[in-house]
This record gives sequence, C-alpha cells and structure tokens, in this order.
Amino acid sequence: MQSPAFDHLVVGAFLLFGVVFVAVTVFASNLLSPKGKDEPNRLEPYECGVEPVGPPWVQFRVGYYVYALLFVVFDIETVFLYPWAVSFNKMGLFVLTEMTIFIAILAAGLAYAWKEGALRWR
Amino acid sequence: MSETLPVAAFWILALASLGGAVAMMATRNVVHAAFWLLEVMLATAGIYLLLSAEFLALVQVLVYAGAVAVLTLFTVMLTLRRREDAVREFPVAWGSMAIASLFTGGILLVLARFRPALAQVPETIPGVEAFGEQMFTTWALPFELASIVLLAALVGAVWWTGGEDL
Amino acid sequence: MSPTLAVIVRLVAVLGLMLTNGVVMIYLLRKVLGHLHIRLGPMHVGWHGLLQTVNDVLKLLTKEDLTPRAVDKVLFFLAPVVVFVPSLMAYLALPFSEALRATRLETGMLFTFAVLAIVPIGILMAGWASANKWSLLGGMRAAAMQIAYEVPLLLSVLPIVMIAGTMELGAVVDAQAGTWFGLVPRWFITDPLLWPTFLIFLISSLIEVNQTPFDMSEGESEIVAGFASEYSAMKFALMFLSEFSNTFVVSAMGVTLFFGGWLLPWAPDSWYEAVPALAPIVFLTKAYVGVVLLWWIRGTFPRVRIDQMMSLGWKRLIPAALAMILITGVVQKLLAPVLYRAVG
Repeated sequence: MQSPAFDHLVVGAFLLFGVVFVAVTVFASNLLSPKGKDEPNRLEPYECGVEPVGPPWVQFRVGYYVYALLFVVFDIETVFLYPWAVSFNKMGLFVLTEMTIFIAILAAGLAYAWKEGALRWR
Repeated sequence: MSETLPVAAFWILALASLGGAVAMMATRNVVHAAFWLLEVMLATAGIYLLLSAEFLALVQVLVYAGAVAVLTLFTVMLTLRRREDAVREFPVAWGSMAIASLFTGGILLVLARFRPALAQVPETIPGVEAFGEQMFTTWALPFELASIVLLAALVGAVWWTGGEDL
Repeated sequence: MSPTLAVIVRLVAVLGLMLTNGVVMIYLLRKVLGHLHIRLGPMHVGWHGLLQTVNDVLKLLTKEDLTPRAVDKVLFFLAPVVVFVPSLMAYLALPFSEALRATRLETGMLFTFAVLAIVPIGILMAGWASANKWSLLGGMRAAAMQIAYEVPLLLSVLPIVMIAGTMELGAVVDAQAGTWFGLVPRWFITDPLLWPTFLIFLISSLIEVNQTPFDMSEGESEIVAGFASEYSAMKFALMFLSEFSNTFVVSAMGVTLFFGGWLLPWAPDSWYEAVPALAPIVFLTKAYVGVVLLWWIRGTFPRVRIDQMMSLGWKRLIPAALAMILITGVVQKLLAPVLYRAVG
C-alpha cells in the first residue's frame, strides 16, 4: 500500500475532501441557523461595532512591496539548499565549499540591501 | 493501481490549469485575476505530483504559490487607489486576439505535423538525494551561476525600489 | 485493505484528529490563559467547564451565517476553503509512529511547511473580500508575516536535514534513536550545536501560527480579530479551527524535529512492539506539552510591532540561520569524524 504514487493519491484526496467538507459544513449550518429580520443596518460591515467611517480601503505602504521582492529571491535560494542538505552526508568536502560560495554571494546581496536601507520599514 | 485514476486526475488538473488561465484573462477584476493565477500555479503543482516529481511540486507551491502569488497580490493591491478600482472595463482587443489565435494555431499545427517523441517516465523515480548529487556534481557551475542571477535580481530589486530615498 | 478503503480510513482519522484537537485545544487555551491570569477559566458547563467548547461548537453551528452587503461574494466564500484545506493537509506527513501515518512522503518536512505557506494567502483573501479596514489590514499583515517567517523557518530546519540526511519525518525520528554515552537521549535538542537552530525555529513558528508576540493579523485590541471580524457561524469556526490546528501541527513538527518524535528516553524497541499505542500516545503527549508551552509564551509576552517583526526576521533570523547552516556543515565534515574517533 505504501508507495509514492499512493501517497500522492492521498494528498489529492485530502485536497478534494477538504473542499467538500467546508462546503458541506457551511451549507449544513445555513440549514440549521435562524434567519434574522432584514433591518437597515444588518448587513453593514461590522468593523468595530460602530458605523464605519470612510471607505473600506486603506492604501498600502510600499514597504510591503520591497520585502516581497526580497522574499521571492530568498525563497528560491532556500529551495536550492534542500537537495543539498539531503545529499550532504553522501558527498565530499567540495559540496561544502560550493554552498559556502553560494551563500556568500547571496549574503552579500542581503548586506547590500541592508546597507541601501531596503530592510528599513517605511 | 489502475490506469484510469491517473488519467482522470490528469484531465482534472489539465482542465483546472487551462480553465484557470482562461478565467484569469477573462475576469475584469484584477484581484480575482491574481487569485486565478494562484489557482493555475497550484494545478501545475498537482501535475508535477502526478508525475511523481514530489520535490518539484513542493518548489512550485513554495516559490510560485507562496512567494510569487504574494508579490503579485501586493503589486495589484498597491496600484489600487480605491477598492472599486479593482474592477476594470476594457474593450476586447480583436487584433491581439487574432495574433494570439494564429500563434496558438501555428503551434498546434506544428505539433500535429511533427509529433515529437513523448518522454517516458523512468521505471524508478529518482529521489531528492539523487537529484542533489546530480546537481552539485554534474551541474555545479550552473548552480553557482544561479546565485549570480539571484544576486542580480536582488540588487535590481533594491535599486529599482529606490533604496534610501523613496 | 483496498486502496479506496485505505484512503477513506486516512480521511476519517485525520479529520477526526483535527476536530478533536480543535475542541480540546480551545478548552485548554482558555484554561491555560485563565490560570496564567490567576482566573479559573471556563467552570460552568460540565466538570470544570469541560463541555464548554462542545457547547460553543454547537452554538456556532446554529448561528446565522451573515454575508455583509459590501463583501466580494466569491472570495468571501472561498477564503475559508483556502484557509482550512491546507491545515487539513498539514497532518499528512506527521509521523505518529513507525507505522501510523497518513503518508510517507520523501519530502515530508518540506511538504508540511509548503502547505502551511498557503494559509496566509487565504487570510489575505478573507481580508480583501471583507470590505472592512481592519480585515484588510489583518490580511496584509498576515502576508507580511509570511514574508518575515518563511525563509528563516525553512532555513532553520536545514541543519537537521543535513545531520539526518533525509526530509522524511519518520526517518528524522529514527535518526534520534539511542543515547549519547548511554545516558543522554540522542534527540536533536540535546545537541548544543542545534540550540540556536531551535531558537530560530521556535520564533519563526510562533510567527507562522499567529501566536501572541506575533499575532498582528488578529490583534484583538487594535484591529478587532482582523481578517475574521466579518465572518460568522461555520465560516468563522472553520478559520479558527484551522488556526488552532496549525498550532498543533507546528508543535508536532517541533517534537518530530527536535524532541525525538514518538521516542521515549531509554525505552527499548521491544516496548513499542509490545504496545502499538505507545508511540502515538507519546507523540501526542509531547505535542500537547509543546502547545501549552507556546501558550505560556502567548500569555507572557506583549505584541511586537510589524516593523520590529520584519527586522527581526530579515536582520537577525536569516543571517543567523545561514550561519548555522555553514557551521553545521563545517562541524559535520571536519570535526565530527575526529570526535567520533575520540568517543569510539
């Protein structure tokens, strides 16, 4: 029973089942629950309990964006490290040198971003 | 395991990714389009998983669905001045559509004419360890070059977003 | 057992565990926080309030499911799915014992972190769909938190992959069997080299599960439950079930990676063969102890600001995690052979 293909099937089954489960429970709770009378303010946004002031939108800081760009680069670096770590014990000293160079280059990039103030929240 | 299940799974995933791509282009709400893009990326991860490329599927989920989707959403949301701006009307560009259709038709025609040999899935699926050994011996130089490319992307991102004086 | 039956058994077992976890953990949280505040917590429904959360679940099931007028209807309904489904899938790779696990994925460790990486996107979806300033802020903060924790979290567990030589979680536990000098269990937490690694893992996983020093996406006292404030009834319940469940999963990951998984110190293999239930019980107990420790932190520390979290992630955790990888590499390749010869 335990084969990779079967495990992947389980992953797929869980995905489908999860979606169905959410749909069914939300539907069931809609059947069970009472429906309130339609009053003027019933469907207004709740926010913090008083009537909302201003439009439901806030412009974002650009700080989010700078970090998101750095995040993509470092995420890619991280996934490179995983196969390296798995095969690390099997291989000689040269993989350590290889990875030291790889990390050093990207650490230099991080240091540059830090120096340029890209890591400062604004 | 019987053959029907993988075939059915393939059709579901293929329809999910193609349908998601079409829906992404067709929706007039940019935030919805970003989420459709996410759906396409996840469906692609599903196809990798179906091919027993477990590690590749997870990379797809982490890098594309996790990181790139967040970047896309931030970009989309940063460009909106109001929430209502997400819905954008624009006229259908018939010219571009014609060129795209011609291009797609051409590719399909070439594929139908020349029928490239289909790659076979190997008998035993190599694991992450074998992948790592290959990558850090045979492909060591391209791997180091990848770090240079990533560094360039990083420096570019920092420079482009203006560093200190933004 | 036919494959179909095997899949169904897994679905029922995992969903059952997830729902039980939700009910038990909410009760436990209220008791733990209560006693930390020198209060009693729930006391009235059942003995010492034991049935309080059962009561709450039934109440949520029969609450009206409100959909405010201004929401983005499609995304509003979809967001609970995107939050809940990855949480359910996160159980797949957990090793409850040598035999008892839903799957035996070769990349189990990365799988768990990868599916959990989808949750913040669901939260962002909920925040955007809600048409509410606080929800939107909560959603954005959830995504920002992902940006801050994910790289350090993924980097922090790499020394363990390097030492164990695998990402399969069961094999990681196997690598922790035995003792140092016949005395100290060889769990990775007893290896001083991995202590900084554990600290980075602990901080990043606190951010991952929105626990209080880093609960910016909910921030009761500032953005009123954030992404969840427009949700009611079952949609609300499922989103919070998923959050509690993620706390359990992260604690279980910590147990698997650092505290020897299902292993008891000094217990011979024959015990596990004699009592098959021993391993899962040990694993669950350890995971729950971990959960209570996380809540101790939650009850003790004040919330950090978002910029503090960002600089913590990028200026402290990432450089530290990268350094730990290189240090582990040097120790493994250069020092370990010498040391093993010395120890014998």
